[in-house]
Amino acid sequence: MAIRRRRWRVRANGSGFDLNLPAEERHLLANLLPQLREVMEHPDDERARRLFPTAYTDDVERDAEYHRFMREELVASRVAALETFARTAESKHIDEAALLGWMQCVNGVRLVLGTLLDVSEDDDLHRLDENDPHFAEAALYGYLSGLLEEIVQALSRG
Amino acid sequence: MTLVVFSSLPECDPVVASTAPAEVELPTSDTDVRPDRPWVVLVWNDPINLMSYVTFVLQKLFGYSLEKATVLMMDVHEKGRAVVSIGPRERAELDVFRLHEHGLWATMQQDD
Repeated sequence: MAIRRRRWRVRANGSGFDLNLPAEERHLLANLLPQLREVMEHPDDERARRLFPTAYTDDVERDAEYHRFMREELVASRVAALETFARTAESKHIDEAALLGWMQCVNGVRLVLGTLLDVSEDDDLHRLDENDPHFAEAALYGYLSGLLEEIVQALSRG
Repeated sequence: MTLVVFSSLPECDPVVASTAPAEVELPTSDTDVRPDRPWVVLVWNDPINLMSYVTFVLQKLFGYSLEKATVLMMDVHEKGRAVVSIGPRERAELDVFRLHEHGLWATMQQDD
């Protein structure tokens, strides 16, 4: 990423992690991340495709069976992560389990936005013109990618 | 015929995960009668998941070292896919689920 960060946002500290997010970013995340729940309520929606991937590519019946049993589990897991995020959205210091919840939510929304934007390997979303209809989604996607990178770096060192 | 047998499935234990697989020579026969061929879990390349994220998830879920997880991630990135675990069907399905939980594009198929 070409954006130069002025300061760190997520950092390992002792047994947990410090969150140094400005109020407007917390506000943005608190509005954005819970929308994942809404998307999951429409599993046949194209935007949810990456949230419920195919498990058996060469066996339609077994794949249907997998989804019958696992779809609810997948939703439950993401809902639990959303609840963890909601509980700690204002926290300045969180434990590893909570940061893993943040990670799961942030990546879940990236999957939905990436599907919506039809992101490809060569895309440079930073070049989107502000008149482009997907400019806002692309900006959010870029922001979440930067935040996820910081979360992963902090967890890898923690 | 050579069958690769893991002394133990890679669980969240770096010591086990770093154990080299033992190679066992099986008698050759014309017909393959093994009823329980192992299942392989594949992770496929996708343009959304970050490389650092994929590496971290493979370390976290399978207990792989940073080196091993990085090699697998690069295989996914450059060759389009990588085998991340091998085992009985129930085990493979659980691994696929845990990968799906983390948004990775994982599938399973019976080993040829």
